[in-house]
Amino acid sequence: MKIVMAIIKPFKLEEVRDALTAIGVHGLTVTEVKGYGRQKGHTEIYRGAEYAVSFLPKIKIEVAIASDQVDKTIDAITSAAKTGQIGDGKIFVINLDHAVRIRTGEADAAAL
Amino acid sequence: MTFKRPTPAGWAVLAIGALCAVGFVDAAIAQTAAPAADAAAAAPAAAAAVPNKGDTAWMLVSSALVLMMSIPGLALFYGGLVRTKNMASVLTQVFAIVSMVGVVWTLYGYSLAFSDGGSMTPWIGGLTKAFMHGIDSNSTAATFSNGVVIPELSYFVFQMTFAMITPALIVGAFAERIKFSAVMLFILLWVTFIYFPIAHWVWYVAAPDDVAAAAKALAAAADGAAKTAAQAKLDEVTGAVGWLAGAGALDFAGGTVVHINAGIAGLVGALIIGKRTGYGKDLMAPHSLTMTMIGASLLWVGWFGFNAGSNLEANGVTALAFVNTMVATAGAALSWLLSEWIVKGKPSLLGICSGAVAGLVAVTPASGFAGPIGALVLGLVVSPVCLFFVSTVKNALGYDDALDVFGVHCIGGIIGALGTGILVNPALGGVGITDYTNITGNNAGTYDFVAQMISQGKAVGATLLWSGIGSAILYKLVDIIVGLRPTVEEEREGLDISDHGERAYNM
Repeated sequence: MKIVMAIIKPFKLEEVRDALTAIGVHGLTVTEVKGYGRQKGHTEIYRGAEYAVSFLPKIKIEVAIASDQVDKTIDAITSAAKTGQIGDGKIFVINLDHAVRIRTGEADAAAL
Repeated sequence: MTFKRPTPAGWAVLAIGALCAVGFVDAAIAQTAAPAADAAAAAPAAAAAVPNKGDTAWMLVSSALVLMMSIPGLALFYGGLVRTKNMASVLTQVFAIVSMVGVVWTLYGYSLAFSDGGSMTPWIGGLTKAFMHGIDSNSTAATFSNGVVIPELSYFVFQMTFAMITPALIVGAFAERIKFSAVMLFILLWVTFIYFPIAHWVWYVAAPDDVAAAAKALAAAADGAAKTAAQAKLDEVTGAVGWLAGAGALDFAGGTVVHINAGIAGLVGALIIGKRTGYGKDLMAPHSLTMTMIGASLLWVGWFGFNAGSNLEANGVTALAFVNTMVATAGAALSWLLSEWIVKGKPSLLGICSGAVAGLVAVTPASGFAGPIGALVLGLVVSPVCLFFVSTVKNALGYDDALDVFGVHCIGGIIGALGTGILVNPALGGVGITDYTNITGNNAGTYDFVAQMISQGKAVGATLLWSGIGSAILYKLVDIIVGLRPTVEEEREGLDISDHGERAYNM
C-alpha cells in the first residue's frame, strides 16, 4: 500500500478529484497549506510597508491506494493538475504499513 | 451563579460618596464665584431665545453619528489593520475608551472644557458644571448665529462624542504592544490634562453674541472717544474666551483639538513604547481589509455629524460643511489611489480608504469656512502628503506608528488647519471672517492672510507642544505606575489572549 501525497494549485482541486474518481479512487484528504518553492512569492504593499510574501497558498491532497494503482494515480493527478507554469506542485509517494477502517475494523486492502 | 444585592453598608458608602460629591461641587462654586458666564444668561437678547426644534433634532442626530464614528467605525477601521491575534484588543480598547470618557465627561470633563474658569478662563474651565450642576432640559447653549440657542444638553452630548473619539484615535499608534491597563490609565490622564484644556482653548467663547455685538459697535464707532470705548468693551468680553479662540484661530470642527492633538500624542507614544516585537521582520499585514473598508465608510458617514453638526444649527452653513465633507473626502480618496498607483504601481483598497480618512481629517477645520472647490483642492492635496509621510518618512525615521495615526491625523490635521487659513478667504470661495470668529486681529468682514496664518500657526504649534510634551510626561508616569508594555511572550501570543482571555475569531 502507498500514500500518494500531492501539493497542487488550489484552483486545480476539483479537476484532480474528478480525475481520481474516474480511475476508481474514491477517497482523499485535503489540507490547505502554504509552501515555498521555485515559484517564490510576491510582494504586498500596505501603505508604506512592503512585505515579501514567500509562502504561497497550496492544497495538499493525500490518497491511500494499493501499490499497483500508484502509476495510474500519479498519471491522473499529473494530467489534471498541470498548467505548465512554475508552481504546479509536486507528488510524493510514501509506503503505507497498515490501514484500518474505524467503523468496521477492516484492515489493510479492505480498509482502503 | 450568585448575585449579591448591595448590603446596607454598601448603600451607606454610596450615600457618603454622593454627599462628598455634592460638597465638592458647592466648594468649587464658592471658589470660582464666576460671573454668570453661561452664554444664554449673559446675553440679554439670548435670554428669551428658545431652541429651534429642527436645530435640536439635528444636534442629537449628529451626536449619534459621531458616536458611530468611534464604535464601530474607528474600531473596525483600526481592527482590520492589525493581526488576528490583536483584533479583540483593539476593539476593546476603543469601546472602553468611549465608555470611560463618557463617564468622565459627565463628571467633570464638560465643566473643565466648557465652563468659566474665572481668572484661569483663557487656559481651562472651572468646576461649576461638574456633575452636570445647573444643567437641565431648560438650559441653553449659544450657537454661531446671534440670538440662536440649542439645548445645553444637546451641546453637552455632542461635545461628549468628540471627547470620546479623540483619545480613541491615539490607540492606533501603539496598537498590538500595550497593556490594556496602561491604555485606560493613560487615556484617563490624557483627556483630563490634554484634551479638556485644548478643547477649552479653541472652542470656549462664553458669550459669542456679546463679542459679535461689541465688534459691530467697534466697526461702527467714529474715531476718538467712541472708538476707545468700543475697543474697551470688546476687550472686556473677549477676556472670557479660550486663548486660541481669542487669538483668532479658525477650527470649525476640531482639526487641532481632535486630529493634531491625537496624532502627536500617538507619535510620542509610538516612540516611547517602542516598536512592536518583530517589526520590520515579521509579516504584519492587515488581517482584514474588509473590516477596514467598512470602518472607513462608517467614518465617512459619521463625519457628517462631526463636521456639519459642528455648526450647531441646521442651516445653510450646515449644508456647506456637509458638502465640503463630501467633496474633500471624495477628492482625497481618489488622489491617494492615484498617487499610490503612480508611485507603487497598484491602486489599493487600503490606499483609497486611507485617502478618505486623510480627506476627512483635512476638511474638518475648514468644513464651515472653505467653499466647496476650496475643500476639493484641500482633499486632492492632503493625500499625497500623507502618503509621503506614512511610507517614506516613517520608513526613513524608523518609528513604528502602527496604524499611521501621526501620518494621517497629525499631518492631515496640520494641512487642514493651515489650509483653513487660506481657504477661508472670500476671494477663494471661502466664507470670510464672520463676526463670531472676530476676536483679536482679524475683524469681521476683513481677511488678512498673514494675520490669519499666524493665528492658525499658533493653534497648531500650541497643540503640538502641549500635547506632545504633556503626553510624554503622562506615558512616563503610566510606565512607572502600571507599566506600558506586555512581556515579549504576551505580545507574541497576542493581546487578545494575554490581556482579555478571548479571541476575536474562533474558527
